[in-house]
Amino acid sequence: MRVHIKVNQVQRDCEVESRALLSDLLRDNLRLTGTHRGCDTAQCGACTVHLDGVAVKSCQVLAVQADGSDVVTIEGLAGADGQLHPMQQAFSECHALQCGFCTPGMVMSGVDLLRTHPRPDTATIREALEGNLCRCTGYVNIVEAIRVCADRMAAKGV
Amino acid sequence: MNPNVQKSSVVHIGDSPRRVEDHKFLTGRGQYVDDLDFPSLVYGVPLLSPHAHARIVSIDVSRARQAPGVLCVLTGQDAIDEGLGGFPPLFMPEDMGGPKGYRTSRPVLVADRVRHVGDRVAFVVAETADQARDALDLIEVDYEPLPAVVELSDASAEGAPQIWEGAPGNRCCMVMFGNEAATTDAFAAAAHVTKLELLNNRVSANSIEPRCAIGRYSGVDDTYILYSSLQNPHGARQMLAQAVLKVEEIQLRVVSPDVGGGFGMKADPYPEDAMVLWAARRTGRPVKWVPTRSESIATDNHGRDQKVNAEMALDAEGRILAIRMRSMHSFGAYVMSAAVAPLTFAVRFVPSVYNVPSFHGVNVAFFTNTCPTGPYRGAGRPEATYVCERLIDQAAHELGLNPAELRRRNLIRPDQLPYSTHTGFVYDSGNFPGLLEKALRLSDEESYPLRKGESSNKGLLRGRGIGFFIEQGGIFNDKMTLRFDASGGLTILSGLHSHGQSHATVFAQLVSDWLGVPFASVKYLQGDTDKISFGRGTYAARSSMIGSNALRIAADELIAKGKPIAAFLMNCPKDAVEFKDRLYSGPGGKQIPMTEVAKAAHIKAGPLASFGVGLEASGVWNTDPPNFPNGCHVCEVVIDPETGVVEIESYTAVDDVGRVLNPQICEGQVHGGVAQGIGQALLEQVVYDRETGQLISGSFMDYGMPRADDIPVMKTQLEEVTCKTNPVGVKAVGEAGTIGAPAAVMNAVHDALRAVGVTHLDMPATPLRVWNAIQVAKVRGQS
Repeated sequence: MRVHIKVNQVQRDCEVESRALLSDLLRDNLRLTGTHRGCDTAQCGACTVHLDGVAVKSCQVLAVQADGSDVVTIEGLAGADGQLHPMQQAFSECHALQCGFCTPGMVMSGVDLLRTHPRPDTATIREALEGNLCRCTGYVNIVEAIRVCADRMAAKGV
Repeated sequence: MNPNVQKSSVVHIGDSPRRVEDHKFLTGRGQYVDDLDFPSLVYGVPLLSPHAHARIVSIDVSRARQAPGVLCVLTGQDAIDEGLGGFPPLFMPEDMGGPKGYRTSRPVLVADRVRHVGDRVAFVVAETADQARDALDLIEVDYEPLPAVVELSDASAEGAPQIWEGAPGNRCCMVMFGNEAATTDAFAAAAHVTKLELLNNRVSANSIEPRCAIGRYSGVDDTYILYSSLQNPHGARQMLAQAVLKVEEIQLRVVSPDVGGGFGMKADPYPEDAMVLWAARRTGRPVKWVPTRSESIATDNHGRDQKVNAEMALDAEGRILAIRMRSMHSFGAYVMSAAVAPLTFAVRFVPSVYNVPSFHGVNVAFFTNTCPTGPYRGAGRPEATYVCERLIDQAAHELGLNPAELRRRNLIRPDQLPYSTHTGFVYDSGNFPGLLEKALRLSDEESYPLRKGESSNKGLLRGRGIGFFIEQGGIFNDKMTLRFDASGGLTILSGLHSHGQSHATVFAQLVSDWLGVPFASVKYLQGDTDKISFGRGTYAARSSMIGSNALRIAADELIAKGKPIAAFLMNCPKDAVEFKDRLYSGPGGKQIPMTEVAKAAHIKAGPLASFGVGLEASGVWNTDPPNFPNGCHVCEVVIDPETGVVEIESYTAVDDVGRVLNPQICEGQVHGGVAQGIGQALLEQVVYDRETGQLISGSFMDYGMPRADDIPVMKTQLEEVTCKTNPVGVKAVGEAGTIGAPAAVMNAVHDALRAVGVTHLDMPATPLRVWNAIQVAKVRGQS
């Protein structure tokens, strides 16, 4: 089946099987391997991307359902000039990643949280990350990075 | 490379520069095994046994072979016909002077009898992963189910079904430490004896990147390449080449690229690693295997699974006289990897940081119809710590003493160091009493009664627990190489392997500090048997000590090798040159940086050419004598008796990691370890059905992985009590949290629940278990 989809500002045209997931389309058709598959039951959140501006687990969307939509993956988050998104910067500063595998999903979820809650308290951040598993960091520095990013974006009026 | 580090700047030990690794991971450009692609890549999927124990009567793969896209279907009989060997254990107790045990050899594919749910029976290779999975359903296996045993008490019972004919009573092997007669005498003379029976729950590492692998084969020169998510590529090559494929090691290259967490579970190769290589030879195509999460949980080596009877003898003043333990440890269906390591450490570290005049401990390994167990973060140290710390808290309760006070009376004092345990360790350094007081202060012990009262007023139960531990950081020797290029750039070639531990940052930091090479000019290389001459990978918290001391030796040798070149460049005698403040210095204030000397070492003609080509050196460090990281963790919990929910209100960790190389990274390691320890204490358990051996916790829907809102804010403090047995003075940090946390959390839970009459609870302390225990205690109280 044909899927027309805009990914990271580029219009794409893909041939997929009807059972293919959005995560399959991104990884296998477009070779955007920053979107990771860590489970198959929508628990780990490593495959989180933005679909029409909202964070979704791309393993829970059929590729054909994403026809006509606008997707941003971790590869498309930094500016065209390579300038990292404030969330990416905060993750590095706060040592919010170790093995890096959950990181793309965590960053995409973090960005989405600040879209809906620009100044979240710690409890809100922890609750918002319920759908993203990390086995390395104990979440401590991930929560801190999102808080630091929120403060910084608020100060800049982003 | 690293935005906050100037190109020319040196980074020092004790700094926390932005990690070298971060940029690629933050922009989605990591290269994990599943991210690799090769022309004409095909996909393989193993058929897993649905039975815990069954005889294979017949296998019919003819329909699967005819299925669309299928290239080959391999079975256990094919493995036998082609002379493939099995996977041996890394070592057994008899290899270290212990009694002889039963050594299994796990086949690549099982031909005759499956021994756990998830045992591999066949391997299907097809053009696409979906086609391979579709074809799996067409394989017809006729199984004759056999009775299965899952739990240690069942496996060790009289008349239990036998899993291996050569291992009567399902006993695999045993280890024993201490002096039985002296311990018996000490118990006879004791004023008080505390007894506990403890279960250490089976858990799964569940790295967020699953194990996966790609095999390639070249018929031109009969060579293989394995790309696999492993912690130890050279070790994998050794086992796969020598024991399984039976080829020369030069015929097999193993690459472990970016690896998304390991925790010991990825320390050694698995049957799938052999399957993709074998299938690549059979099909002439690169073969990729990526499991589902359920397949991972069913087939990844699990951790822990121990049942212990432990006793502590004390005198009238609360001084420990002796500890005795009799323990059973489940190995699952096969002895895999370094399964014997946790078996051993689970005994050897029981005496912990205390003066224990007599000790006797026995740990017997049993086979069960479950997935094999192996080392999991801590590997035996969490089990040992759990035994000792639960005993101390229970004894304190029985004696009417404050648990901290009982510890004070028994801790090994700094003036007693070096201290020899009855289990063969010599602790070189540490300040255990100091750590205890610091942890108590940092966790606001003084105001605890106030908090307890407030909780009580709200109908909540508040408890506090200590988890004190000591462990051994690192095992075996290893090698690090430093190699300059002609432009003065420096490459670290590492026998160790980072899969989250930040080697590319920390090791670069060390050599930058020692040699004065700009941090940004250091490149870190690992994980490829063609690029690194030899190594043993990373597990057992071995990298900081082995890596840094091996690098120190290599750096010193580079300095010495560069000296004559520096003398030539400064036009002075070699003896007049010294390396200080990160520069070669000669007479008259002349100075040359190491990078200039390295460039000169590459000049192809003229007088400098007489010094040879290039500037390179290696260092080797051995973990004998070992180091002993230790820590005191304090946990405070609040339990709602109406729901059984345990909430961790505060968690304090004071860790003696020796010299701190990078504080931010050390703290990150503690955080992650503590979260895994909290997971084991409150949430996690691999559950098999006791009758059928079916895996019940077989997905992330069923297995209790800790989530962000399960983990508290932590207060962490690093104590630098320099290690005396290695020049850099480092201990280790990777396993600290996982070792201290289960004991600290469960001691806190018990402290809270004693108020309502609950005396014993096993991990994980889930709301249901806690609530049930409260109800049982209520009924008991009324009757």
